[in-house]
Amino acid sequence: MADSPALELKGFTKTFGSLVANDNIDLEIRAGEVHALLGENGAGKTTLMNCAYGVYQPDRGTIYRLGKQVTVRSPADALAQGIGMVHQHFMLVDRFTVAENLVLGQEPRRHGVLLDRRKAEEAVLDLGERYGLRVDPRAVIEDLSVGAQQKVEILKALYRGAEILILDEPTAVLTPQEIHDLGKIIRQLCGDGKSVILITHKLKEILSFADRCTVIRKGVKVATLEVSQTDQDELASMMVGRKVQWHLERREFQPGSVVLRVEELWARDYRGLEALKGLSFEVRAGEILAVAGVEGNGQTELLDILCGLKAPTGGRISIDGQPIERPDPGKLRELGFNAIPEDRQRKGLVLEFQVGENLVLDSVHVPPFSQRGLLNLQAIRENAARNIEGYDIRPPNPVALASALSGGNQQKVVIARALANQPRLIVAAQPTRGLDVGAIEFVHRALLNQRDAGCAILLVSFELDEVLELADRILVLYEGRSQGVFDRAEATEDVLGRAMAGAAHA
Amino acid sequence: MRKLPPLALTGLSLLAGLIVGALALLAAGYNPFAAYATLIAGVFHAPRDWSFVLIRSTPLVLTGLSVAFAFRTGLFNIGAEGQYIMGALGATLFGVFVPLPAVLHIPLTMLAGILCGAAWGAVAGILKSRWGINEVISTIMLNWIALYINNSVVSVEGFRRPHSEASLQILDSARIDWLGAWKTTPEGLAFRESQPLLNDILRTPANAGILVAIVAVILVAFLLEKTVLGYRLRAVGFNKDAAAFSGIAVPRYVVISMALAGALAGLAGGLQVQGVSREVAKLAAMEGNGFDGIAVALIGFSQPWGVFGAALFYGVLKHGGPKLQPALGIPMEIIQIIMGSVIFFLALPGIWQTLANTWRSWRGNRVRSSR
Repeated sequence: MADSPALELKGFTKTFGSLVANDNIDLEIRAGEVHALLGENGAGKTTLMNCAYGVYQPDRGTIYRLGKQVTVRSPADALAQGIGMVHQHFMLVDRFTVAENLVLGQEPRRHGVLLDRRKAEEAVLDLGERYGLRVDPRAVIEDLSVGAQQKVEILKALYRGAEILILDEPTAVLTPQEIHDLGKIIRQLCGDGKSVILITHKLKEILSFADRCTVIRKGVKVATLEVSQTDQDELASMMVGRKVQWHLERREFQPGSVVLRVEELWARDYRGLEALKGLSFEVRAGEILAVAGVEGNGQTELLDILCGLKAPTGGRISIDGQPIERPDPGKLRELGFNAIPEDRQRKGLVLEFQVGENLVLDSVHVPPFSQRGLLNLQAIRENAARNIEGYDIRPPNPVALASALSGGNQQKVVIARALANQPRLIVAAQPTRGLDVGAIEFVHRALLNQRDAGCAILLVSFELDEVLELADRILVLYEGRSQGVFDRAEATEDVLGRAMAGAAHA
Repeated sequence: MRKLPPLALTGLSLLAGLIVGALALLAAGYNPFAAYATLIAGVFHAPRDWSFVLIRSTPLVLTGLSVAFAFRTGLFNIGAEGQYIMGALGATLFGVFVPLPAVLHIPLTMLAGILCGAAWGAVAGILKSRWGINEVISTIMLNWIALYINNSVVSVEGFRRPHSEASLQILDSARIDWLGAWKTTPEGLAFRESQPLLNDILRTPANAGILVAIVAVILVAFLLEKTVLGYRLRAVGFNKDAAAFSGIAVPRYVVISMALAGALAGLAGGLQVQGVSREVAKLAAMEGNGFDGIAVALIGFSQPWGVFGAALFYGVLKHGGPKLQPALGIPMEIIQIIMGSVIFFLALPGIWQTLANTWRSWRGNRVRSSR
């Protein structure tokens, strides 16, 4: 039976009400391979894997493990068959240590009742050594970085004997360095004969990590490909069902007057440490200034200050030459400032509100949405209908709750709101985080249209591709200082990468 | 599976609460059918019973609205009790000491109650928005402070009614009970003699409070759904961060919300004085009008009209309950058991959903197999 696939799913169908999430999907995973599942947001990748892991029961479909049919009715069954899964949102006990989380539910014991802490800690070290997953077993989860927490999740699955490891969007929350490390870990796991299933919508990762790739579109399997025999264009068009434009057309760079000027900005982070150390820059009308840099070099503080959520400890900010003493979100909006927040679910949306209500969150107090304190529900509905059409928000229902939308569509709501009313200045923080290529193209198009129309845009992004695609000028932020501002023409991945790592600007 | 509508959920929970009450009665050796029959008969017995139900429901509608309103804006107002006490005290002081013609005295006395309750609520709001003190804790403590303020003010000579533990009575010009002063005059008594139905109602302190409460229900519904203020309060309640990001001054809205919640509870206290008690008394313990408001808000799903219905239901039980004692020797605490069980079942919507799903699939199978 050596040739039997490690895992085989046959004829998987799963429906939620009238929605067909998976339609008769077959999938074959070989031992020792990295198999990517590619698809847009909401294509049904995660649902398929949740069925394989026993979180959901498929309506139809059978699972074969090494050629033998098996039943998986719960995650416990899946683990017994050697199938482990790391979800996008981690399932760790924040106040427990790494070792305690590792053994939770399968604790090594002393005298039958006591937790054998030493054995648990040894298990962390042993497994970590074998697969290059080094984590301090005594560290408390809430003190760890996201990348380290992910390692703990992977360790957990391995501790429970996973031979097939499902990783759901593992890189969505990681920094480029952490992504690089994850790649090495995945290689090591496969070298040991384990299989890894990678759920993702990022083409680059597939091309650099995966051996084979299965593309799913709207619940239907499109094809399984050898990664070595395909390229980015083919994968992208299979995934979205049309040709994707990688480079968008833009009007010639014609900067106008300075809209936002930041001088000698100083700020502390939540621990009281200096996060911004005298940062200065300006953004002109009709230009996109991108702030590039590795996460944690002062971006969060800069964004919070510009959005009026945090007070700087020093420095000056002016909009259209008018100094802003103490920025507050309401006043900034009156000056024609709009923002796309980093965390759309926390700062961008009221999930319990309808789409239409969310679209007027920052403008409900002005006509036509209200008069003399009374809401104009008609105007709010019309505004919603207009934006839903203009931004292709799905489902096209103004009274749907924001929580019922997929991540990409939630982001469209946030962006539609930020771009309304011809803003003078937009601060866009990670505007395409977690979006698939189709949606990214859409968001980039929308931002470029604003630029072409003369809006000043400050883009903060950790994705170099995005920075290089959109920016007219690029400021590299490193440890709270500017490492230099690069023109679009002179900026390459190499130049920016070196500046981001702290090398002095030549 | 289709989700159960809230109304069905409420209905099932009420039914389950009554069943638990019946079991408790059975366990204690009483006949539950007789008990519920007595309760229902007690409420539908005479016109005056209807009047009493409305009188008892009036403060519950308003304290329930107070809790529900705060809850809709993300705050847990445990302080309706204290706001009620302050409202009652403020209304009494105004009703006793400020002589005015009725047309001014009635609304201004109400306003005094509203303002005192609002101020008391705002204290908790300010504590929360300025210093981050949890409103649950501060309102519980403010309840006790209100109680002792009430007791010490009532004890002040000149306000205290001589030889009593209560205050002076408010002037007739501030009263809102129907025909309040007139109905005990000789002419009034003669008129009542000739009108048995009206007479029966006028034997109770029937008053205009329920009408004011209905207006409050309408206003709260309107405020929450149709105004910018309500929209923003709800936005703050659901997601403070998103509200702040969009330029809504969150701390201000926390204070406004607590003040409005306090205003509703204060109005409840004021109306009770103007319509029923005409005075405030020294309190040995909390009366519970504010705490009952929490139950009412929960049963009413924090929806204004839901609160109104829940308050009426509670009013029925509160009026019918005491009749169990003389007729059957059943302690009226059974009412608390029923109310507690109803809330318990409402808090477990999963049970009803599961039962509904099982029922539907069972029925579905039967229909299929019979074909």
